[in-house]
Amino acid sequence: AVTHHHRKQKARMGETVKLIGAFGSGFSHRVEVALRLKGVSYELILEDLSNKSELLLKHNPVHKLVPVLLHGDRSVAESLVIIEYINEAFNEPGILPTDPYERAEARFWAQFIDQKFPRFFWMSLWSLDEEARRSVLTEAKQNLSLLEAQLKAKGKRFFGGDSVGLVDIAASALAHWSGVFEQICEVTLLTQEEYPELCKWANRYVNDDTVKQCLPSRDELVAMFTACKEMFRAMAASHK
Amino acid sequence: MAGELKLLGTWVSPFVTRAKLALHIKGLSYENVEEDLGNKSELLVSSNPVYKSVPVLIHSGNPICESSVIVQYINDAFAGVGPSFLPADPYERAVTRFWAVYVEDKVVNQWARVFRVKTDEERAEVMHQTLEAVEVLEGGLKECSGGKGAFFGGDSIGYIDILLGGLVSWVKATESLSGIKLIDTTKTPLLAAWMEHFCELHVAKTILQDVNAVVEYAKALQARMADAAVNN
Repeated sequence: AVTHHHRKQKARMGETVKLIGAFGSGFSHRVEVALRLKGVSYELILEDLSNKSELLLKHNPVHKLVPVLLHGDRSVAESLVIIEYINEAFNEPGILPTDPYERAEARFWAQFIDQKFPRFFWMSLWSLDEEARRSVLTEAKQNLSLLEAQLKAKGKRFFGGDSVGLVDIAASALAHWSGVFEQICEVTLLTQEEYPELCKWANRYVNDDTVKQCLPSRDELVAMFTACKEMFRAMAASHK
Repeated sequence: MAGELKLLGTWVSPFVTRAKLALHIKGLSYENVEEDLGNKSELLVSSNPVYKSVPVLIHSGNPICESSVIVQYINDAFAGVGPSFLPADPYERAVTRFWAVYVEDKVVNQWARVFRVKTDEERAEVMHQTLEAVEVLEGGLKECSGGKGAFFGGDSIGYIDILLGGLVSWVKATESLSGIKLIDTTKTPLLAAWMEHFCELHVAKTILQDVNAVVEYAKALQARMADAAVNN
């Protein structure tokens, strides 16, 4: 069984890697960073999400969303699932810690950033209703404080330590996209005064050599998302 | 990996049940601490500052939070002990993780909304979406089991079986309370068979909450919520 598994792994290494993504998507970016950190060559296929391709619908029938990783004849969906797959299917360096406790910690924070964090941050930006905004703002700031404290406690350049890891990748939207939305909404949540470590981290993240290669420019993102301004405000208004 | 294990939880929580299932499968002994969520212990609040909720697994004094993270941790930290919860192949692991995320996002998180929405209309809509997700999950079970057995893990239980297993008593309690079958034999035969096989396991018989006790708990909860609605 061990030899068979080893042979399967060796065979997999030579197979084509394609990423179905979308321009401006923070989730696509996450996967690109992971692939580049691992030194994996891939073909990027950009979707027009208003006119989804057969390829996308075939390989992610459940959600019909990007990103989807195609490795040989296999497809993997869900950005954090894809990152764990990339981590395990390809050689060093590791994107997740090897120590079980540190690994659990990384998964916890990645999940926090994916689950709890987005709603409050996003609503604090786009909500026009003052009352609704007040309660989400308190929570958004609490969440930012938790991340700030985590960074401080680690005392390293990144959440992952000396180099970009799972949590940094999961938080990439905070490092780059948040500034874009803040500019469009004319609201600043991630202030230097309140969150000095997070701001320093964000700067390190966007300037990292590997990250830079697959990070859409801020100007392009501002242009793209300005067009969605009314839609986002409407979504915030109807969100319960 | 030697070291004391302590689980902070409540008997009724499906998420705590997941942790108990995982610990039991690995044959691990632990100290079970029953929390009163209306009066949270210092230990709970300091161990889980982000969510202040259960379960929390404390291993040699180090806290791990979030049930899915806990179950994965138990698998990683005790890799040499008992069965593994995940397949060995990276792709099969990815498929497992995909469906685990689906269970959480589309089934569990949706179903949890039932207890938060105020009107019957909203409740019906939430249940409808949950049931739709369960039907999609039927396909997931087929994909994960690969025809090798009744479980997501094939002929033995694994990660998703544990995640879903924690919910079984609540699934049964819901049917008893409202007549709604979250897992319907005609609509989702594979899942129905899954539940039957799961409940026959020794670990399930040992760990799963008594359904009648969950029903009583849910009734009391409903009554409290009705009171709150009237008085607000």
